[in-house]
Amino acid sequence: MSAVTLTNIVKRFGSVTAVHRMSMEIANGGFTTLLGPSGCGKTTTLRMIAGLIDPSEGDITIKGRRVNDIPIHKRNLGLVFQNYALFPHKTVAENVAFGLKYRNVSKADAQEKVRRALDLVQLPQVGERYPKALSGGQQQRIALARAIVIEPDVLLLDEPLSALDANLREDMRIELKRIQHRIGVTTVFVTHDQSEALAMSDKLVVMSNGVVEQIGEPEEVYTTPASEFVARFLGTSNILDARCTDLDTSSVVLDVPGIGRIEVPRARAPHISGKGAAKLVLRAEKLTVAPADAPGDDAIALPGTVEAVDYQGQAARYFLRLGEIPLQAINMIDQSPFAEGQAVSLRLRPRDCAALPSTE
Amino acid sequence: MGWQVIRGWALAVYLFMFLPVAVVVLLSFNASQFGSFPMTGLSFRWFVELAHNDAILRAFRTSIVLGLLTAVVSTTLGVLASLALVRYWVPGRNLISTLLIAPILVPEVVLAVALLLFLNALSINKSFLLLLMGHVIFTLPFVILVVQARLVGIRRDYEEASLSLGASPIQTFLQVTLPLLAPAVFAGMLFAFTISFDDITGTLFWKPGGVETVPTQIFAMLRNSISPEINALGTVMIFLTVGLPLVGLAIARRLAMQRGS
Repeated sequence: MSAVTLTNIVKRFGSVTAVHRMSMEIANGGFTTLLGPSGCGKTTTLRMIAGLIDPSEGDITIKGRRVNDIPIHKRNLGLVFQNYALFPHKTVAENVAFGLKYRNVSKADAQEKVRRALDLVQLPQVGERYPKALSGGQQQRIALARAIVIEPDVLLLDEPLSALDANLREDMRIELKRIQHRIGVTTVFVTHDQSEALAMSDKLVVMSNGVVEQIGEPEEVYTTPASEFVARFLGTSNILDARCTDLDTSSVVLDVPGIGRIEVPRARAPHISGKGAAKLVLRAEKLTVAPADAPGDDAIALPGTVEAVDYQGQAARYFLRLGEIPLQAINMIDQSPFAEGQAVSLRLRPRDCAALPSTE
Repeated sequence: MGWQVIRGWALAVYLFMFLPVAVVVLLSFNASQFGSFPMTGLSFRWFVELAHNDAILRAFRTSIVLGLLTAVVSTTLGVLASLALVRYWVPGRNLISTLLIAPILVPEVVLAVALLLFLNALSINKSFLLLLMGHVIFTLPFVILVVQARLVGIRRDYEEASLSLGASPIQTFLQVTLPLLAPAVFAGMLFAFTISFDDITGTLFWKPGGVETVPTQIFAMLRNSISPEINALGTVMIFLTVGLPLVGLAIARRLAMQRGS
């Protein structure tokens, strides 16, 4: 059974439609991420699941129970905010115990639960302190402890890592994932950070302008984007106009101006339904830049030039030109990066490409 | 050179403002039976006499009861109004907000006469309740301004976190919003009390016959004679209305510091 289902959810604010006909199922015990740029409706969706805003249309169920008319304080949810929202006038232990007061838990049991929750987030010794005495990362752990100590049906995380600085964010990412695995609570995570989303999720829901663009496992979404938006939003992609000239169950044949004939595996082009206009998607890290005189291999080799180099330490991002076509490549640096203006050989493998139907 | 002039000028301004107050305090300890210079000796005589003056004691009691009631009523209304205006979408919110603040902008005499005429038109007699209502009307804006300012600064996610943890809206208000609002509520109460305790204009218009507050009692006494008792009373008033807010603010600041907000 799904932990949370949304059916034809619409949310309008005045004349603005923030979420448009959204349907999805969130599996029990899974870690589902709503990913998208700001204003795409991901936070609105989370707040509707939480009960902080009401959907204009559609149904929301949690554990099979329709919750549209159930107010937030009766939904049994754990909610973690970007700014932690720890009660500043209560100690850490009082903060964590807050939800237990409304749940018929005896005092002794509550103390034990609080102790275990603080152990789980690896801050067993801070119970008597006030939140302001803790660092940002510690506060976020306490906020997490407060949300999970009530054993919620669903844990909702609203950009919980975005207020932390970069190093801490990566530590907390691993920590959060560990805790979620340990207690197995169904989790819905909202972020605009694609690396967070890819690293943490069992399931990714990519949204844009209030519409779900794609739902799938992180790898599936990354390698086989369902739309041009997804291809552009996750990672760096080259998206080229093409024409589908032939297709069967194993492959899709594209004619790409300036490159030629490319046979894309059918599995990487599930949305192509017939011949005609299409798009070729080539990830920047799948386009290899080689010296112009390098020997041939199994890849298609095309002559190009380097227009600009963005040096990143272990890797470099190249802005390239292939005839009239601008391309980007992100490659590990072997010894030193290629120079601007250098003539190079561009290598790509058809099996690394994906194809999309053209939207024009 | 320039700074010396400015310093001297500032000092002169302070003297001009506070010297009369100092004179009143000084003369209240004068042993002479005339409430003026020269001082003939140091004495607490007028304070003792004050403590035995029934009219003044009655006025004190009235003022304190009135001030406390005003503080409680005004703060309760002010907190509720601020919550509605800040946390909920109310039709005509700006208009309501302006109307609630308006009594500060309208001259007190005008407000006093207006309320009196209004109640006359309704053929309602002057009463203590009316006096209380009047005081609430013009202390309310201060409470609302203070409480609203604080409420805007309390992020909604505290309340949302509380709700998500299972506290009902009322439990959330009592457990989270009100404690966070406490310094402002406290400050609002103090404002309301001192303003009510000090007020004379409105009170003169609204008070029913036979009821005197401390300011109206002083006013009445001044009409007969300048008794040294008035100096003593003035001193007590000064210490109350200056000292109370200072003590209050210190407490409020302490509260706020403890809670780390």
